[in-house]
Amino acid sequence: MTHESNRLPQGGQIDRRKRISFRFDRTNYTGYKGDTLASALIANGVKLVGRSFKYHRPRGILSAGAEEPNALVELRTGNRREPNLRATQVELYDGLEASSQNNWPSLKYDLLSLNQLAGPLLSAGFYYKTFMWPAKFWEKVYEPLIRRAAGLGRASGLPDPDIYEKATLHCDVLIVGAGAAGLAAALTAGRAGARVILVEQDHVLGGRLTDDLPTQHQSEGHTWLAAAQDELRAMPNVEIMSRTSVFSIYDQNAVVAIEKVADHCIEPAPFSPRQRMWRIYPQQVIVATGSIERPIAFANNDRPGVMLAGAVRTYLRRFGTKTGERIVVFASHDGAALTVEALHAAGVTVVAIVDPRENSSPAMIAAAEQAGASLFRDSAVIAAHGTADGVTAAEITTQGRTLTVQCDLIAMSGGWDPVIHLASFLGQKPKWNPEMQAFAAINLPKGMQVAGAAAGHFSSETAARSGADAASHALQALGMAGSQPAIPGWQGEPVQGSLYFVAPSRSGKSFVDFQNDVTVDDITLAQREGYTSVEHTKRYTTLGMATDQGKTANVVAAGLIAEIRGVPLAQGAVTTFRPPYTAVTIGTVAGRATGKHFRPTRYSPLHAWCVQMGAVFVEAGPWLRAQYYPQRAGESWFDAALREARQVRQSVGLCDVSTFGKIDVQGPDAARFLDFVYANTMSTLPVGKARYGVMLREDGFVLDDGTVSRLGADHFLVTTTTANAGRVMQHLEFCAQIHCPDYDFAMSSVSDQWAQIAIAGPHARDVLRTIVDDFDLSNEAFPFMGCATLSVCSGITARLFRISFSGELAYELAVPADFGCAVIEALAKAGQNYGILPYGTEALTMLRVEKGHPAGGELNGQTTARDLGLGKMMSSKKDFVGRVLAGRPALVDPARPILVGLKPCNADESFNAGSHLLERDAPKVIENDLGYITSTAFSHVFNHTLGLGLLQRGQERIGETIMAYDPVRSKAVLVEVCHPIFYDPENSKVKS
Amino acid sequence: MRLNCPYCGTRSVNEFVPLGSASPKRPTLAEPIERWIDYVYFRDNIAGEHDEYFYHAMGCRSWLIVTRNTVTHEIIGTKIAREVAA
Repeated sequence: MTHESNRLPQGGQIDRRKRISFRFDRTNYTGYKGDTLASALIANGVKLVGRSFKYHRPRGILSAGAEEPNALVELRTGNRREPNLRATQVELYDGLEASSQNNWPSLKYDLLSLNQLAGPLLSAGFYYKTFMWPAKFWEKVYEPLIRRAAGLGRASGLPDPDIYEKATLHCDVLIVGAGAAGLAAALTAGRAGARVILVEQDHVLGGRLTDDLPTQHQSEGHTWLAAAQDELRAMPNVEIMSRTSVFSIYDQNAVVAIEKVADHCIEPAPFSPRQRMWRIYPQQVIVATGSIERPIAFANNDRPGVMLAGAVRTYLRRFGTKTGERIVVFASHDGAALTVEALHAAGVTVVAIVDPRENSSPAMIAAAEQAGASLFRDSAVIAAHGTADGVTAAEITTQGRTLTVQCDLIAMSGGWDPVIHLASFLGQKPKWNPEMQAFAAINLPKGMQVAGAAAGHFSSETAARSGADAASHALQALGMAGSQPAIPGWQGEPVQGSLYFVAPSRSGKSFVDFQNDVTVDDITLAQREGYTSVEHTKRYTTLGMATDQGKTANVVAAGLIAEIRGVPLAQGAVTTFRPPYTAVTIGTVAGRATGKHFRPTRYSPLHAWCVQMGAVFVEAGPWLRAQYYPQRAGESWFDAALREARQVRQSVGLCDVSTFGKIDVQGPDAARFLDFVYANTMSTLPVGKARYGVMLREDGFVLDDGTVSRLGADHFLVTTTTANAGRVMQHLEFCAQIHCPDYDFAMSSVSDQWAQIAIAGPHARDVLRTIVDDFDLSNEAFPFMGCATLSVCSGITARLFRISFSGELAYELAVPADFGCAVIEALAKAGQNYGILPYGTEALTMLRVEKGHPAGGELNGQTTARDLGLGKMMSSKKDFVGRVLAGRPALVDPARPILVGLKPCNADESFNAGSHLLERDAPKVIENDLGYITSTAFSHVFNHTLGLGLLQRGQERIGETIMAYDPVRSKAVLVEVCHPIFYDPENSKVKS
Repeated sequence: MRLNCPYCGTRSVNEFVPLGSASPKRPTLAEPIERWIDYVYFRDNIAGEHDEYFYHAMGCRSWLIVTRNTVTHEIIGTKIAREVAA
């Protein structure tokens, strides 16, 4: 156990009554509630927290926020392990366990840091230059090597035990960021009665307000902050969402945010999600996301102990911890004077202030005098000296000489960059603003404003005022009015600075992008080699990539590129901002849509009965359909299906066909409409009759098939295949609303309202007779293709269709869904004398292939009615969808493959669907392809395999022998071309 | 993105199915096949305001014509396709 040696005896917004134990790299430490992992590590004197991506250089904590490039850790263990979390944003909780990344065998003695010696090999563009040759080495040698050596954290590789949610919110004004600007905006909009959502990524509100106010205004700042929070929390129209980061914005200002519901707990509370994704639809958006401090590039500026000056202040004031004992401040921006002042007030020695500006500034001079620090004007820190354990000295160049100052921390500041990601995600390129000395958001989307430091108002007071102003504008746009809160005149917060990106060069690496190990030399090399556009520099050097997306690097790089090219920064650019602002877990993107929740399972109304019958189910789209019904343990699907098919052919079987789409079409123009959407004519169908129909797409190919039954003069029932039910409904709606807007009819899907049972086999009539109420089933009274409304089982409304997919005497009986199981049980009972059996989709396939009925394999979106032997169905007397293009030359080409039957020449041989058809002796190459097999099934009637396929000039080739070749299984079988209807070609059975 | 369905109000785009340009009009049987090929296959790639079909699949099942600016992604308005066609 180490002690919190850097913790100040008092101060900070941590709860000193709540001590917390945690582990980092298997060592126990303590911290306080309110700490981040970074602040607790700093309090414990831990400086080295990670190894860099490419060179494995020792790294410490650079910042105190979302911009952190170095302090990435793996949090938690086992199936909750999460990589690449910024220690600066990880809220400390009791029992937290974290480890450093990208080191082997340990953080302190990392053997892969030898990569540093290979530095020249790993310079800009090294991927392109070094690993090009020989090409085959890439996959086997180079890539695995690079992957082991370079890298970030490891994912757990195990299923995530936690749940994630998605939810939606609407509001008048969304305010992103609860610093001075965001709070003032929320107060203004909240007081006016607008529905306000205030989103803050941190677990506390205030942003940098109290970090940045000078010591004499600290208590005033805290008071204002507390009062603002109290007032906002009391407003019922204001929602404060902390621990929530807005990571992107989409068209119409649709904002997406992640709420870290339970990341600050050891594990989520029962039934509570870990994270929640919010879609927020605001009328007005105020982006008050603050600013990020800019580092300065100098040799070894990545040593642990080189930190942003503002972060030094944050650790001191918010977390009550010092970051060093002897501090050198290196800054071209007056904000660093606040750090000097704060350090001095806390009793920490500032040994030197190094200011590259020729005359420094009154603020800096005053701070140096007050703190008793030497001020070096027109000077620069050109190198940090030290070890993996931290900085030991700063090498300073001043007035032509070089001196070394002992220190244990270098606090740097090159100025502040507004966080304009959210204002730029919709494609607006930011522009350099000379007054702001930063890239600023311009051309904002309608309904969006930027306020506070994000808009270049860097002092707390101006930030708060701009927030209140933005809210007033937003209210105006909403037609509301309100008064702004009082904002204290916090004086003395200096915000002046000069641009300064890179210190004079000296040997040693000067880092621009810490996370990706991109140095000044890399960027210089990229310019020399012609990759001068900032986007090219990025791709060539990896600048601004990975988890921090260059939050501290991009503007330094832009400044450096402008210097090298000798052009003003106003002509410079930063790379395109792309979401997410901070990394988003895949879990939140998926939300609840995982495993079986990804797509709901649809159950037939007869499902319970199928289960009772011992069905094995198969997924058919979203449906579970009974595939076969094994009668004894271990009966194979094949044996069961064969037995079921045999029973249908010899006696009678029952099949659940409820999954077919059913559409009710009614009205005076219903018949006219069906004539338009079907290739064949439906208006001539008599009441009480059903007809097979084919629907085409407008491009002339088959969309779907099914039956149309005329239940009344103006009442039709249309069926579709299971797979196309939704698509057909959408198509029919399109045809009705766009092509037939004045037709008088209506339609509705009734797929879920009816359970439908096929009763098939020579004894189908005998079985059905026992359950119908007073209905004449005789062949004369109710012939093949008849349909009727009747009642069954003493009063259950039913519809009966004499249609057959199996090729046997068959009926389909539809009853209201809730009666389905009762009716099928009655049928099963009635059929006991005939040995009635349920049959599944496998037997159904065997029966329909024997009968040559097209199904999914044939209705594949690439076949025409003619291809399927249904060409004669296409009416020439009416307009219908697909008519004209079905007649174009390519679709009536006699060489098009058409539907044929296939059987093996040797009955013992079989073939698979997908096999290609070739001349019997032709070489097996694609040029000789004549078609392919679409469906196969074993036939108990013929006792061998049967197939349906599409074959060029198939009709002329009946009786010929060709080859079916399966290139996947390297299997060639000789097959005979047949008529596709193998079983009962006269159709006498269905009419019996 | 959200669309304003004239029947159901402003709803998430997730409830809708897009189909593409609403500009092509179905030719009559008497027109030459080239017109039909244009109708089925060819679409202008418009930069600016563009009428598109959207089907409110998870709502009222109406086909809508949505006018959208393909450059700014702004939704300019929505109409009931049946009323436009009639």
